[in-house]
Amino acid sequence: MTNLIMIIVGSALIHNVVLNQFLGICSFLGVSKQIKASLSLGGAVIFVITIASAVANLLYTYLLAPYGMDYMKTIVFILVIAALVQIVEMFLKKTSPAIYTALGIYLPLITTNCAVLGVALTNVQDGYNFIESVLAGFGTGIGYTIAIVLLASIRTRIREEAIPEALRGAPIVLIAAALMSIAFMGFADISF
Amino acid sequence: MNKYLERLYNGIIRENPTLILMLGMCPTLAVSTRAFNGIGMGLSTTAVLILSNLVISLLRKHIPDQVRLPSYIVIVASMVTVTELLIEAYLPALYEALGIYIPLIVVNCIILGRAEAYASKNPPVLSIMDGLGMGIGFTIALTLAGLVREVIGNGTAFGMQILPAGVEPIGIFVQPPGAFLVIALFIAIMNAMNIRTRQKRLVEMDGCSGGCAVCAEPCEDKKGEKDA
Repeated sequence: MTNLIMIIVGSALIHNVVLNQFLGICSFLGVSKQIKASLSLGGAVIFVITIASAVANLLYTYLLAPYGMDYMKTIVFILVIAALVQIVEMFLKKTSPAIYTALGIYLPLITTNCAVLGVALTNVQDGYNFIESVLAGFGTGIGYTIAIVLLASIRTRIREEAIPEALRGAPIVLIAAALMSIAFMGFADISF
Repeated sequence: MNKYLERLYNGIIRENPTLILMLGMCPTLAVSTRAFNGIGMGLSTTAVLILSNLVISLLRKHIPDQVRLPSYIVIVASMVTVTELLIEAYLPALYEALGIYIPLIVVNCIILGRAEAYASKNPPVLSIMDGLGMGIGFTIALTLAGLVREVIGNGTAFGMQILPAGVEPIGIFVQPPGAFLVIALFIAIMNAMNIRTRQKRLVEMDGCSGGCAVCAEPCEDKKGEKDA
């Protein structure tokens, strides 16, 4: 049990997907202008990464590994993720229009979000079983959401400040991310 | 200028993927802990770019428009797998150092972006030159970032001791926060130069660089808005 909790905490905080692993930087920097949009994207990412981790694990365990097609995993995973995002989008559109309107435009963005593929590949590398993979995916999504919502909150404050001209735009956001990353390094010593 | 050389100039200087277009930030931040890693990652990406640009350019008249993005992804993923196996076989040290970031070249927006914006519309040789230019531009930016981080954070350059023995390196620069700081600094310097010449806008993050999927799409509307 502790082991499973540790996987969630580890992937959400200690090895934070954005601030420590540098996955999903594009959307992390691009969508973090508003807190509301960040929350929606975070929700979509949690949803997709969790499902993608589960599917990738099943595919790897029952299809790729037994037939010695380990080397095909990058191609298979990226295709599965792309298809999955499409299916999730269609499924949500039919069954829960409310969630669909909230997540709508962010779902296609997730296909090429490297965090999804990154988690699927890391799970294989770490030899996680099905439950561990799903939890690692879920934790990673949570970590992504925490990071992007925090950055969005910081950016709404930055907007009011007098910043040197050369630092406006991307540089000040990256510096904010650097400070967040330093703060997250504090989680490195957590253990149960 | 010769149109082939123009492609190189475009990739290295005018539309430098990392420093100007802000594409492919994930690998830039992640592997720039050492100058050598930067070169390795840059050259691997260059190889994939050239190969995928070539194949996509050759197939550009045969791929139906509706399924072009999935087709590009399959082509890019195949090229990445080939490159990954080659690196694993011949450069095991680099394979260890880059780890998971080699397969993640698949989702590097530079590659899909160039496929969509250039290789799908242009003949093979020009597309190769375009991939080469973009790849070199990416490699230069990665190596520079890696060099700065290695010198400040570890006191070495390409593994050789640079800082005198008495000077303590600032370790945080080879840790994750250092990546954000160094890239922020690079962009700030570019901004400062642009401000001096008053020719270009500041590098700004907006929907155009917001997600890898939109990289390939034209951003004219957004730019118009910002000017207004």
